[in-house]
Amino acid sequence: MALPAPVLTMSGIGKQFPGVKALDGVDLRLLPGEVHALMGENGAGKSTLIKVLTGVYPADAGTIELDGRAVAFGTPLEAQQGGISTVYQEVNLCTNLSVAENVCIGREPRRRGRIDWKRMRARAAELLSRLELSLDVSAPLSSYSLAIQQMVAIARAIDIDARVLILDEPTSSLDADEVEQLFRVMRRLKEEGIAILFVSHFLDQIYEISDRMTILRNGRLVGEFLTRELPQVELVAKMIGQELAALERLHGEAKVFDRPLVEARGLGRQGAIEPFTLTIHEGEVVGLAGLLGSGRTEIARLLFGADHAGAGELAIGGTPASLRTPRTAMTHRIAFCSENRKTDGLIPDLTVRENIILALQATRGWTRPVPREQQDELVGRYVKALKINPPNPELLVGNLSGGNQQKVVLARWLILEPRLLILDEPTRGIDVGAKTEIQRLVVELSDGGMAVLFISAELEEVLRLSHKVGVLRDRRLVAELPNDDRLTTDVLLETIASGGASNGAAGNGAASGADDVMANGGRDS
Amino acid sequence: MRRLLWPAVVLALLLLVNVFTPNFFSIQVRDGHLYGTLIDILRFGAPLILVSLGMTLVIATGGIDLSVGSVVAISGALACLQISEDAGVFTAVVLALGLSLLLGAWNGFLVAGIGIQPIIATLILMVAGRGLAQLITDGQIITINSPAYKVIGGGYWLTLPFGILIVIGVLAITAFLTRQLALGMLIESVGGNAEASRLAGIRARGIIIMVYAFAALCAGVAGLMISSNVSSADGNNAGLWIELDAILAVVIGGTALSGGRFSLGGTVLGALIIQTLTTTIYSIGVPPETTLLFKALVVTAVCLIQSPSFRAKAFRRRRRAVLPGAASEERVRVTT
Repeated sequence: MALPAPVLTMSGIGKQFPGVKALDGVDLRLLPGEVHALMGENGAGKSTLIKVLTGVYPADAGTIELDGRAVAFGTPLEAQQGGISTVYQEVNLCTNLSVAENVCIGREPRRRGRIDWKRMRARAAELLSRLELSLDVSAPLSSYSLAIQQMVAIARAIDIDARVLILDEPTSSLDADEVEQLFRVMRRLKEEGIAILFVSHFLDQIYEISDRMTILRNGRLVGEFLTRELPQVELVAKMIGQELAALERLHGEAKVFDRPLVEARGLGRQGAIEPFTLTIHEGEVVGLAGLLGSGRTEIARLLFGADHAGAGELAIGGTPASLRTPRTAMTHRIAFCSENRKTDGLIPDLTVRENIILALQATRGWTRPVPREQQDELVGRYVKALKINPPNPELLVGNLSGGNQQKVVLARWLILEPRLLILDEPTRGIDVGAKTEIQRLVVELSDGGMAVLFISAELEEVLRLSHKVGVLRDRRLVAELPNDDRLTTDVLLETIASGGASNGAAGNGAASGADDVMANGGRDS
Repeated sequence: MRRLLWPAVVLALLLLVNVFTPNFFSIQVRDGHLYGTLIDILRFGAPLILVSLGMTLVIATGGIDLSVGSVVAISGALACLQISEDAGVFTAVVLALGLSLLLGAWNGFLVAGIGIQPIIATLILMVAGRGLAQLITDGQIITINSPAYKVIGGGYWLTLPFGILIVIGVLAITAFLTRQLALGMLIESVGGNAEASRLAGIRARGIIIMVYAFAALCAGVAGLMISSNVSSADGNNAGLWIELDAILAVVIGGTALSGGRFSLGGTVLGALIIQTLTTTIYSIGVPPETTLLFKALVVTAVCLIQSPSFRAKAFRRRRRAVLPGAASEERVRVTT
């Protein structure tokens, strides 16, 4: 099959920052009407390449050709006018303005110097209908979900006759339904002949939507591949540059757990999670699987006392306990790394050292400071053990990368030596290397006798680490499956998907096999 | 301590303006006491420094306390009333400070217990407190004649004005509580990210009530100083607008109004800048009708010099003239 001529060709791109060679001889070509995934770990050069393409940074070496003509964009505005539009990870819109205003902001249709509101609304509605969306364009953007806001950002991006659309991590804050909606829009744009450059950490999504991918590693080109010809394991291996034995199931044999640590009986909270019964034993890793908003985080918050339980009882180490505040949970040596480290985890103003000792200090109260030598010793030990980079404890934590920030939050809880460690999405948005390190750590900790409640949207990860898996659907714990040879991601997906018509977006094979799941459920209960 | 650099530079510049004022920098010993304009700046600035220290901790938790001026008036009024009714000075001081502490705890309760926004919660006491002070003084100015009480604001000890020694004492205690003990880190944590602090097990409520109580206590001491210095209590005018000067001092000192990191040293410098400015306006003979405007202009300049983003802009503009290529590249980065 003859390939159409590329819309965009970048060849031999090089970019040097002081002390770092960010890009070295990277090629990238985008064909019209294809979704092209740009893959690589954090720091592989994906962002730099996008920034060179959109005129944020000038390239030190190499050429960029758009439609066969050599171009060099000096500013993002020039790149936009040249037909290259970008939608960033965090939606860059004004949620207090109307949808129409957001779509047209900066290029409002005018008549005699005044904004022509009628024409603006019509223009916005037309653009959105191209994406098969019918919204009330005069409603404030904040009245729509994050996914819709993302679509509005895309509508805004394609308003300028885009030839190339760059989507930088657009799915990281969307749930499965919303991702599906975004993918529909992407497929439609693809049909219109727009070339889409797609960046995502979610491998499943890459395989669902992309036709072709370019892989970068350490600022160098690994290669360009057809997605359907590259198995997932090989992709990961190419991204991190080594074969990954660790990607196999980490827990080989089933262990016997006989010392219950946390027993929840009928624990629930109105509007958050239906009463559930769950036992976590010492040294056991319990995974929680389910869609976003299915109640995974709510279980974690109840077990940490971040929210009050409205019903049910809880026993810790065999004695009844009532967790009224996080502080109470901490006295029972329960620790909780929340899923949103920016809002619920880090204190960006404080240094790495201060962030790490924060929980320890909180348990001691303000009158008994942790002696400085002890602080330095503890922090130094965990910075080293978790490979926090850069290894300077006096740096403000806001300056660290996402993966390292996650490790700082982990270190904060590990120095308390908890008996139960609750990890809510500890590997979201961080690169494959850091992800593997955190997974190894979970295994080590549980081998040392610590109980771990592990929550993740990535089913493979849950499956790889857990001794048993709790499955949630519609704010209800629907099944508790022991992780044996028969449990696969397909079984998990089916369990998540079965029963609810609203869960059609859970993934491949979601609609099928409800009976199998019933069988599974019967086997386990 | 790079954060203290700019406030220090501003203070030095302000002092330099007075190089040609006769006797500005001379410090003499008279009757075993130190005398001179610089000593006066410290002496008259003492109440503001105290109020600002309390305000620093409140602002660091992400709050603000508008009621400190009223607490200054209440504390002075209660102390003077007690003394005019022949109570002992010690009793008067203890009662005044006790009431201040209570009022501060009330503020803290409104903010942390009920969850009212700090600016509104303390606005209540700002308005009501003036009324309370006037109730205590019965709408009059209470004049007293108590040499012992006079010591607090007008006395000397070890050649230094007593007020300066009080400030040094309070500063030392505050520095000890926040920097030697862990209070400072927990305050910065609560101000930096309240929800994350809660999930890290910090009892934010107690800490917030404590800082508001501390701010009111500082204001109470300042009220004693002010009323003692003039041997009278004026419920209407004592400590009027001092809350705004204190907020300004905190900001000039480099503590962000949004909470988080705070600097006690910066706050002291900020308060001294404001007091030096007031003194300088008199000493260089700015006509009285223009003093307020003059002060406003200088404060604007000080705030601009203090602002990192303004300095970055001014610095870049200068560089753009030299290196047009490099500057345009930087502009691009800002627009993304």
